Amino acid sequence: MNEENQVYFIDSDKLPPQALERKHRLEQDPSFRTNHMEYMEGMEVIDSDIKDIVVKEMEEYDYSIYTAKDVERALSHETCSLEDFKALLSPAAAPFLEQMARRAELETKNHFGNTVYIFTPLYIANYCQNYCVYCGFNCYNNIRRKKLTFDEIDHEMQVIAKTGMEEILILTGESRSYSDVNYIGEAVKIARKYFRNIGVEIYPVNVDEYKYLHECGVDYVTVFQETYNSDKYETLHLMGHKRVWPYRFDSQERALMGGMRGAGFSALLGLDDFRKDALATALHVYHINRRYPHAELSLSCPRLRPIVNNDQINPRDVGEKELCQVLCAYRIFLPFVGITVSSRESAEFRNGIAKICATKVSAGVSTGIGDHEEKYEGKSDEDVGDEQFEINDARSFDQMYKDMENGGLQPVLNDYIYV
Amino acid sequence: MEDKLVIGGKEFKSRFILGSGKYNMNLIKAAVEQGGAEIITLALRRANTQESESILDFIPKGVTLLPNTSGARNAEEAIRIARLSRAMGCGDFVKIEIMRDAKYLFPDNYETIKATETLAKEGFVVLPYMNPDLNVARDLQNAGAAAVMPLAAPIGSNKGLATKAMIQVLIDEIDLPIIVDAGIGKPSQACEAMEMGAAAIMANTAIATAGDVPSMAESFKLAIEAGRKAYLTGMGRVLARGASASDPLTGFLH
Repeated sequence: MNEENQVYFIDSDKLPPQALERKHRLEQDPSFRTNHMEYMEGMEVIDSDIKDIVVKEMEEYDYSIYTAKDVERALSHETCSLEDFKALLSPAAAPFLEQMARRAELETKNHFGNTVYIFTPLYIANYCQNYCVYCGFNCYNNIRRKKLTFDEIDHEMQVIAKTGMEEILILTGESRSYSDVNYIGEAVKIARKYFRNIGVEIYPVNVDEYKYLHECGVDYVTVFQETYNSDKYETLHLMGHKRVWPYRFDSQERALMGGMRGAGFSALLGLDDFRKDALATALHVYHINRRYPHAELSLSCPRLRPIVNNDQINPRDVGEKELCQVLCAYRIFLPFVGITVSSRESAEFRNGIAKICATKVSAGVSTGIGDHEEKYEGKSDEDVGDEQFEINDARSFDQMYKDMENGGLQPVLNDYIYV
Repeated sequence: MEDKLVIGGKEFKSRFILGSGKYNMNLIKAAVEQGGAEIITLALRRANTQESESILDFIPKGVTLLPNTSGARNAEEAIRIARLSRAMGCGDFVKIEIMRDAKYLFPDNYETIKATETLAKEGFVVLPYMNPDLNVARDLQNAGAAAVMPLAAPIGSNKGLATKAMIQVLIDEIDLPIIVDAGIGKPSQACEAMEMGAAAIMANTAIATAGDVPSMAESFKLAIEAGRKAYLTGMGRVLARGASASDPLTGFLH
């Protein structure tokens, strides 16, 4: 019995008996699942040793050995070493949160001044071939599925652009058959008409496909590793391409090899030991920077949220204080890296964290499909796809802009020229 | 005789180049006024925004724009950004910034020389941001640069004149204005660079992160003026190691 993950398992009464049986076997019988460390057909293997380095460090990390002295020493150093970072992530650093925040604020100001970037995500399809147990888009979850047509994409983008937004992040569910690379490429070409900066958060692809997407106009690729503990990963991503842990790990590197300007990284905090996942995420960024010093790298920090049909999912032991500690530690260790805080977090938390270390926030967010007109302008539409997760901060672009300004920050809509 | 800074045939009374982009745009006007700056830098990628937000609208008339090519990773990209800048009406001045390093934002000297050569030929007034190196500075001069902008320390680090000895060599050897750029964290450091003979100071983060942006701009202005005046006056004797011995060492010579 897979008790640890039981909270995630929801059976839909719409599933045919055969599918239900298969779902249960995937959940309860590890031998029924494929080898998650083995590449599937068509997945490109690149020559990279970053995985091994990151995993080794993460496995050896024992955060219980750090003391208040280590934390004080870390905060007194001009440059934050890896050992310092480990101390800042440890439970011993909890009483030093205010000092960490002060230091993080200083680093943020030196590197970014008082700027904060505003962007919005646009989900263009929610079909998915994976069974990731915590995700609202998972293939066994009974939700309204939708894939936008090019006309619908154009329309959604117009509605968003009308608010003044200039940066867009295009997302899909992970289905190569429903949302193939060409479909995404065409969506990007439409986005170039309305936006000045385009990122994608889609299933991992090969170098030549990233190159094609870059030529279409994409400059940033975000891929969340979810958890860097591959054993835990295996118990959460039970079926589909996403099950292959190493192929996902190398996504950012393949994207940069394909000519992308930047890459985003993250673990989904709460899935496993968040301190170890935070360490691994930062090390992943650190080593990519060593090999690709020109790349503009960014970190996110999503925590688990409730999904359609399962309101029991929560961020477990990662409270707001823990999240704040992780983000401050990220900033002190990697002062040059962008930090994005999404609408999974509350307005109050985002207002506060933007003053300390976040450099990018989303606004006017919907994680549903084709419902921007409804959400922005109140026009009702029956034909929409369900959301990936419940957002927490539903502020509009205008409101976010004003709130950031009121917080003494300078909202920036674009800082980018496509060259 | 009036002491003027001449870059690309244009005369400036102020030797303070003000950065923008790291503080609220509505402070630019006050910072320019209180700092007495006549040149203000502008990242073209920041100006590449919708009209209502355009940073260009916040820049007071009569101030010379110095658009920079930040975001460029090689000469070719810098050249494209410079041409775009001219087409957008930002004038002929351009500060070349070519970075292949996202962590320290160090300039790539080799690519910078290449871009300088092309853009100078196209009639741009080229001010290259560079890592202080005498040979590179000479190459930039030969390529047609209007000034040379060596870094004092990594951008945003506020570490002061970390490359002091190298910058002194450029001041001594290069017949172009040497404008110290990046890393200047406080007015005293700006003053020190001016005492050394730097032609001007470019500062951004030090001012942007101050509690009162216009007031810090003014502090820089005063420090830069003090340093310049000291340089022009000729510094007096500053003893490095205590007093001299009272009996002259050469007393035995008759």
